[in-house]
Amino acid sequence: MEPFKKHRGLVCPLDRRNVDTDQIIPKQFLKRIERQGFGECLFYHWRFDDEGNKKQDFVLNKEKYKGASILIAGENFGCGSSREHAPWALGDYGFKVIIAPSFADIFYNNCQKNGLLLIKLDEDNVKLLMQKAQQESFYLDVDLVNQVVVSDGLSIPFDIDAYQKKMLLEGLDEIAVTLKLEDEIRAYEQTR
Amino acid sequence: MKPRTIIEKIWDKHLIHQEEGKPDLLYIDLHLIHEVTSPQAFEGLRIHGRKVRRPDLTFATVDHNIPTTPSRVSKDPISIKQMSTLEKNCQENGIELMDIGHPNQGIVHIIGPELGLTQPGKTIVCGDSHTSTHGAFGAMAFGIGTSEVEHVLATQTLWQRKPKTMQIKVNGKLGRGVRAKDLILAIIGKFGFSVGTGYIVEYTGEAIRSLTMEERMTVCNMSIEAGARAGLISPDETTVAYLKGRKFVDNDRFDELASEWLSLATDEGATYDKTIEIDAASIEPQVTWGTNPSMCLPISATLPHPDAQYNVEEKESIEKALTYMGLEPGMPIADIKVDYVFIGSCTNARLSDLQEAASIVKGKKVKEGVRALIVPGSQLVKLQAEELGLDKIFMEAGFEWRQSGCSMCLAMNDDVVPAGKRCASTSNRNFEGRQGNGSRTHLVSPAMAAAAAINGHFVDIRELETVHH
Ligand code: SF4
Repeated sequence: MEPFKKHRGLVCPLDRRNVDTDQIIPKQFLKRIERQGFGECLFYHWRFDDEGNKKQDFVLNKEKYKGASILIAGENFGCGSSREHAPWALGDYGFKVIIAPSFADIFYNNCQKNGLLLIKLDEDNVKLLMQKAQQESFYLDVDLVNQVVVSDGLSIPFDIDAYQKKMLLEGLDEIAVTLKLEDEIRAYEQTR
Repeated sequence: MKPRTIIEKIWDKHLIHQEEGKPDLLYIDLHLIHEVTSPQAFEGLRIHGRKVRRPDLTFATVDHNIPTTPSRVSKDPISIKQMSTLEKNCQENGIELMDIGHPNQGIVHIIGPELGLTQPGKTIVCGDSHTSTHGAFGAMAFGIGTSEVEHVLATQTLWQRKPKTMQIKVNGKLGRGVRAKDLILAIIGKFGFSVGTGYIVEYTGEAIRSLTMEERMTVCNMSIEAGARAGLISPDETTVAYLKGRKFVDNDRFDELASEWLSLATDEGATYDKTIEIDAASIEPQVTWGTNPSMCLPISATLPHPDAQYNVEEKESIEKALTYMGLEPGMPIADIKVDYVFIGSCTNARLSDLQEAASIVKGKKVKEGVRALIVPGSQLVKLQAEELGLDKIFMEAGFEWRQSGCSMCLAMNDDVVPAGKRCASTSNRNFEGRQGNGSRTHLVSPAMAAAAAINGHFVDIRELETVHH
């Protein structure tokens, strides 16, 4: 996993609540056996019509958000299924950071394992950033080390679990970390 | 010792490693896998040259993707590849696979319990959010992503932060014709779809105690629709009786196991981080009308008016949902006409669900213009239903009788609700496009779905004579 320390990127506003994983990556794309290539399927039914043409009014399709790498959305983002195809699709499309007032638990974990930084901010701050991104080309600097998002004149701190922060900063392979505890796992197994 | 909840007892028992500032490392007793969320995990193992640590604690089936038509032949090359990949991965790693044609094939959350793999006190994971179903037995069961599937395959453990605990207490008794499905929908409708986010839920109270195991599974199944990764019920005599004689239960040691299981129940005086309560007698049969499970109302209600009483955001989401669903504000729920009826899924495709539906269907005909499917949750359920002659009741009424699988719950195979069509479904998610692009889903109990199939619209099953408690 790529370490995540700092990121500067264009913000794309997705002003919807309860964006579920069925919307993030519709099920017809879950049949693949690879991890790559899901970006083109991201938000498929919002981005494309039945003939596969781009829907011009959907925010991701607008010229001004081309190349966006920070997504900002409403509460309960990522609810629904446990499919990790959702973070794969978001990451493959080019998103590195997602900001929302709240995230579903399983989705949060899944993003973490894929080096995507999820930032929980309170409703007011999300609204403020959402408005800015809707009005103009809006760039944010995300600094994981100091736990703050910054743009001119604006600086908003955020919380993150210390362990999750470390995993992201170092881009650690969690399985390798766990396998170092092999003795303890074996000892536990012997007690049962 | 301080009184503990069942959640704390299971946690403590599975704790391998604890370290300041880190999540806890927990041992996993049972890992269930299926074709959709496992291929990339096995691929990950291969890339790193890692092995499956405990194939004996890992069980696989095919359910999400497979055809449920009698011939079971898929024409989709990508689906076929996914299924053959699972077969290959299981073979290479010595994992038992309940493949197509196996008498125990079925939806992963139906077969775990019916085979007795699911037992009180176990930690159970699966790359599927409805793993919470197994919590009905007093197991700590939750859905994981593919990276975590890989982690469990390689280490048989998971890093977990201890979640907060929530008690959902259901007081009193459910009324006539009101089912476990109505109960859990009413809970989600009342408290919202994210009330359980960050929590593990324990369901308690008189109404929960009087549920059968199959009904308890329906309740725990939809915990995730309330935001909770896991929802469980302390084991009691009902739990013990269900497990007796099941294939993977050590029946020689049964009495010993039974007393171990019963000792897991939450101690008198144990406390939760949060408790919410609901009165069972106040619950009516429920129908969801919108695009998430909390948008649900009693059958006697009318659809909401977006202009009344709501704040701007609620108003917008009601408007959006009504538009997607093709419904008018103020319309009585009972006037909503259906085009499809799907009785199936890990929420409601066990034998008692099919019996409940059959008691309503018997001797009647599916309304003209309605397409109705029964998809048993497992081949075992199918067989048992056929032994009772339920298949004949359904087929004579005009239902299609299928092989087991997830089917129209998520429409990954050919069982799809076409765009703009409306389906009464016993599954658990009514998201936009869930049952097919542009499809419109109404979640209901099997009895309510069966009655909608016969009448062509939703009806209050309490008004039907055949409905008992
Ligand atoms: S029946 Fe539906 S909810 Fe259950 S496991 Fe299958 S797809 Fe998931």
